[in-house]
Amino acid sequence: MALLEVNDLEVYYGVIRALKGISFQVNEGEIVSLIGANGAGKTTMMQSVVGIIPKRSGTVIFDGQDITKTPCHKIVKLGMTQVPEGRRIFQELSVYDNLLMGAYSVKDQQQFKEDLEAAFARFPRLAERRKQIAGTLSGGEQQMLAMSRALMTRPKLLMLDEPSMGLAPILVDQIFEIIKELNEAGTTILLVEQNASKALEISDRAYVLETGCVTLSGTGKELANSPEVQKAYLGG
Amino acid sequence: MEVIVSTLINGLSLGGIYAMIALGYTMVYGIAKMLNFAHGDIIMVGGYTIFVAMAANNPLLAVLAAIIVCVVLGVTIEKVAYRPLRGASPLAVLITAIGVSYLLQSLAQIVFGSAPKMVTVYEFGSVEFLGTTMQVSSLVTLAVTVVVMTVLTLFVKCTRLGRAMIAVSEDRDAAQLMGINVNGIITITFAIGSSLAALAGLFYLLKAPNVSFTMGAMPGIKAFTAAVIGGIGSIPGAMLGGILLGVVESISYKITAIAPYTDAIEFSILILILLVKPTGFLGKKRREKV
Repeated sequence: MALLEVNDLEVYYGVIRALKGISFQVNEGEIVSLIGANGAGKTTMMQSVVGIIPKRSGTVIFDGQDITKTPCHKIVKLGMTQVPEGRRIFQELSVYDNLLMGAYSVKDQQQFKEDLEAAFARFPRLAERRKQIAGTLSGGEQQMLAMSRALMTRPKLLMLDEPSMGLAPILVDQIFEIIKELNEAGTTILLVEQNASKALEISDRAYVLETGCVTLSGTGKELANSPEVQKAYLGG
Repeated sequence: MEVIVSTLINGLSLGGIYAMIALGYTMVYGIAKMLNFAHGDIIMVGGYTIFVAMAANNPLLAVLAAIIVCVVLGVTIEKVAYRPLRGASPLAVLITAIGVSYLLQSLAQIVFGSAPKMVTVYEFGSVEFLGTTMQVSSLVTLAVTVVVMTVLTLFVKCTRLGRAMIAVSEDRDAAQLMGINVNGIITITFAIGSSLAALAGLFYLLKAPNVSFTMGAMPGIKAFTAAVIGGIGSIPGAMLGGILLGVVESISYKITAIAPYTDAIEFSILILILLVKPTGFLGKKRREKV
């Protein structure tokens, strides 16, 4: 069943048509990735789906509900959240406070405590640094914090925008490992990546985005083996 | 010695008023990313509200009325004038704010006339304090300022809502992704700023019992100066800048030779500080997002 269904989504920046009618869907339990070069519209797509950037036309259906015009903070409460590009943690707040903000819409104290412990168990580094101001964390630690913060709402759909950006290869492996674990634990994942080979390796299905259009789609394997994708994105 | 003590206490209490107004500028700037040049005129509206409400001869009721009127006004201005411009160019928002300022002043002038009105809120009298005669109202102002600042600091640092305000000021989009209602936070910010402006209006009336339609202009500019000196966007910065400016003003008035140049001295300090430290004392250099 489709958890997220995007139909004919168009987004403009002023007069520039950044997304030219994009359609795709993410089924429950899947890992789906969107790959594409810089400027293809990946981040625009992510931000418009979640309601940060206004949509010109098209529809977005999440969990059977039309969220095309729903404001971002309400979409988050419905169970969709996002780790934005560049992590965007709150630099002036402590690690703990960042996680508290992640749980802003969670009213249940018990759930918050459980999720906090789960986050610290997943990333012991964060537990060590819980009182530290987040701006002083390393890039990898910030990515861990950004992911943990997003998970505090127990999302049905977790969207990750370039989670591997700027990280050392060993950390990239760890992040992808965790994405797989989260998926196995029942979270549906929509992944945007420039690191196409890594993304396709763990994806059930994938879409290729080029200058605001979906040009190819298929299973992760199919795309990884497709000559066009190999030529353009896998350095083959 | 007595002169030093009284000058200092007067300076601190005046600085407290500036700080309270400056907090409104700085919080709105930090969270809504705009300069609300109508903020000073909220003080004036508070002053007239006290003037009208004092007909009932109950100072506490009058202050309460002023706070309520100012909060409703501040929140309404944000909804009607500024919210539709969210995402518009900063210049459009700035011009709108100046327009709102003139609108409020002109309305007050139409309703209450151009001549200042006398209003005596409460006669505190004076006391002997550390060997000098002090106006009790100055001490009350100082005490209330300390309480307000402590409460505000604790609120921002220790409550969930306070931290959500920091989150919104730092990264509005990321805050939305946490499920934080950014418009709601901005409304709360305007409400806090406006209630502080109402208090500032009260303390002005305790110092000089006149209300006029331009009474908010000078304190508004001074407090804005204080906010910039302290580092606009920074709450402790606004407190520091306000107190500093108040003390400087008080000292300058005491020295006959330079008293007429007091305003010039204060604004020169602003220019000097901006030359040496463009972000103000406690302001942070923000990474501009592209």
